[in-house]
Amino acid sequence: MTAVSIQAVSQVFNPGHTGEVTALSDVDLTVAPGEFVSLIGPSGCGKSTLLRLIADLITPTSGTVEVNGKPAGKARLDQEYGIAFQQAGLFEWRTVQRNVELPLELRGQSRAERRSRTAEMLELVGLADFARHYPAQLSGGMQQRVAIARALAVHPPLLLMDEPFGALDEMTRERLQTELLAICAKTGTSTIFVTHSISEAVFLSNRVVVMSPRPGRITATVDIDLPSPRDEAVRQSPAFFDAVTTVRKALRAAA
Amino acid sequence: MRRALSVVIGLLLMVALWEGYKAVGNPDGTVLFGTRVLPRADDLSMPHVWDMLSRFGRPELTGGRPVWQAVLSATLFTLGITALGFVAGAAVGLVLAVAMQRFRIVERGLLPYVILSQTVPLVALAPLIAGWSGNLSFGAYPWQDWMTVAVISAYLSFFPVAVGMLRGLQSPHASGVELMRSYAAGWWRTLIKLRFPASLPYLFPALRLAGAAAVVGAVVGEISTGTRGGIGRLILEYSREATSDPAKVYTAMVGAALLGLVVAGLVSLLELPLMRHRRRVTVVTM
Repeated sequence: MTAVSIQAVSQVFNPGHTGEVTALSDVDLTVAPGEFVSLIGPSGCGKSTLLRLIADLITPTSGTVEVNGKPAGKARLDQEYGIAFQQAGLFEWRTVQRNVELPLELRGQSRAERRSRTAEMLELVGLADFARHYPAQLSGGMQQRVAIARALAVHPPLLLMDEPFGALDEMTRERLQTELLAICAKTGTSTIFVTHSISEAVFLSNRVVVMSPRPGRITATVDIDLPSPRDEAVRQSPAFFDAVTTVRKALRAAA
Repeated sequence: MRRALSVVIGLLLMVALWEGYKAVGNPDGTVLFGTRVLPRADDLSMPHVWDMLSRFGRPELTGGRPVWQAVLSATLFTLGITALGFVAGAAVGLVLAVAMQRFRIVERGLLPYVILSQTVPLVALAPLIAGWSGNLSFGAYPWQDWMTVAVISAYLSFFPVAVGMLRGLQSPHASGVELMRSYAAGWWRTLIKLRFPASLPYLFPALRLAGAAAVVGAVVGEISTGTRGGIGRLILEYSREATSDPAKVYTAMVGAALLGLVVAGLVSLLELPLMRHRRRVTVVTM
């Protein structure tokens, strides 16, 4: 079974109107369980649209999207995925703990279950000591870690991330990248990760999917063959820079 | 402690301004090109602060109860009406805001009328409401004048709540709404878990405005319907004696101001437990 299977998907916004935009044209993509796939491309290439289609936040104009063997709509109702956005999007009136509990609450889990699961998640992202803080008291990187904990709280088999580290400084970003990989390895979660950054995509992924705009489509797929666990040594290795160059060339060719 | 101090300083400043103007202002007022731009500073128009205060202690009429008792009981009477009008108005405002958030078409259709409702002059409205409701009765219990006043008070106070709350319900970012959708939460749960809590920072300022509007509505409503027993009526009665007893009408005005403060205080009391997260500001960095 595949984690995500996208077949012949097209997305047209405002069809028949003057503002008609073909955001995606005939996209096919398959993600294997446990795989980490990055979507990269210039603004307007439809990578966020593709992520939202997988999340069933929008419905494709044509084609099929399956998550964990189910149609995307059913997968959303069954909470088969967790999602994190560029803005952490924490609810400022809830403590860190209650933010992570939110998806569990909506699933109708008991208080005791929620407590123990949340403790586990906050431990995982290294924020166990901050359970009672409010989001406004945390730095951007910490808020983003809470958002990741929230996305993973229901133990979804799939994690969807839309430029989650885009608003962070370089140092925080690199540290969170390493942490994210450790978390994904520990939980066995498949991940689809949207980013602007070539080095981020290469460092994180098993596979980098290169997209191009007007209309949005997949122009190349680059397999990244780097040793794991990926650490600072990997970041400095010639193989890493070779992969970065390959992806950059693919992006140039697409544009 | 510091707050109490600033309140006292504020009061003293008011008194100083009043007495200061009385000391330097022209007793006949300042007239510029035939228009009076500054008020008369004589004792008839602007009695001394201590005259107003001492008037509280003296009887209303010779041999009657002291003014402070009359003002206090009138203020409490109007407070009851204001509270009723405020609660009813806020409830109507909330329901309207939720309906407008839920259905775009309701927002488009209703919002212009909500705004229009506030442009109708109050003095024109009061007799209308009194006339329409005059024939109503609740079983053996006939419609009372004070109910008309409460309706006017509610009519003024629903507006800021409806407009402010609508804005608050629409305030969550698209990502928050998408997040709730990703959790398979429907409209109702999105309302409870996301839109209501997100709207609180908009709701409380709206409630303050509504509180002030409810007071104005009650006072003006009493005056224009001729309802007895309230502070509005008292202002009207005392102002008839303004030439012989200028300090007296100001005692009633102090009562009305007190009423406004009490209502504002009650709203703040409501706000305290619900806005706890806003008061912690220390940011942790790691």
